[in-house]
Amino acid sequence: MSAPSEPPRVPVTSPLWEVFVRARRGLSHTHVGSLHAPDAELALHNARDLYTRRQEGVSIWVVPAGAIIASSPDEKDSFFDPAADKVYRHPTFYEVPDGVDHL
Amino acid sequence: MNGPFEFALALGDDALVAAQRLGEWATRAPEMEEDIALANIALDQLGAARLLLSYAGELEGAGRDEDALAFLRDDREFRNCLLVELPNGDFAMSMVKLLLLSAYQVPLYTALAGCADERLAAIGAKARKESAYHLDHSALWVKRLGDGTDESHRRAQAAVDQLWPYHHELFTADPAAPVDPATLRADFDAVVSPVLAEATLTRPATGWTPGGGRDGVHTEHLSFLLAEMQVLHRAHPGAQW
Repeated sequence: MSAPSEPPRVPVTSPLWEVFVRARRGLSHTHVGSLHAPDAELALHNARDLYTRRQEGVSIWVVPAGAIIASSPDEKDSFFDPAADKVYRHPTFYEVPDGVDHL
Repeated sequence: MNGPFEFALALGDDALVAAQRLGEWATRAPEMEEDIALANIALDQLGAARLLLSYAGELEGAGRDEDALAFLRDDREFRNCLLVELPNGDFAMSMVKLLLLSAYQVPLYTALAGCADERLAAIGAKARKESAYHLDHSALWVKRLGDGTDESHRRAQAAVDQLWPYHHELFTADPAAPVDPATLRADFDAVVSPVLAEATLTRPATGWTPGGGRDGVHTEHLSFLLAEMQVLHRAHPGAQW
């Protein structure tokens, strides 16, 4: 009887990708979900199938999930502190010119 | 194949049998994403089959609609090429089969879109875009499997060797048809040869060239496929849900 050993490591042939889609009339890419694919080209291909149903005129970004750095939920108090006591940080003294949209 | 009826029937049967085979992959594909892609492609083929068989039924003028043609003919009455009725085999086999089929369907539907028959032209224009996607998808996979691991290369080459004899039937000359399949050979080669080269796969020499599908003489596989496909309609004719 040998001691139970580590199971053999299976190489990941289809890593995880995060998918961002800009709809035909959309202004920006929105995260819509994730998928597994062996490489970027197939990730795009799969994203088109899974998230856009092959509509014309949409833009897709795929990013390896490993390339995304996320903020830590534990630090959110200091990380996202609105600093409401520092009035000089608030851009409330500026007139927004006409014609500037989506600011 | 000769007149528009035989022609529409043959193309419709190609698409119908291909759809049935691809449908067998549902829940069995190597990855969830691929499962959805194969189901999509199967439904595209089924959509083309419905249009073609509906039109064939109208041309025949014997009162047979798409359902009668799909579910109430036996294997000797089917006109599909042998390639589409062959079993799925492994994933490489299915991808090579889809590559050979879609590399034939794309130039075929493209030529059809410009033919004199308005209905066939409309069907060709619609199906061409879908087939271009099928070609893209299968080419991606054949390249990755052929130029992948030793095992995936071995399987992809085995698939090419096994399926290659069957593609000759697709280009049998038929000058009377709305589109003569013999004229599509150059387009097929221009697409398939670079894919095989990039996939490091060897194109087999021409040897055995089985045929007969267009005349209703099929492999043993078609009658089993039809038995499964038609059992519900034959048991409950006209059933709706």
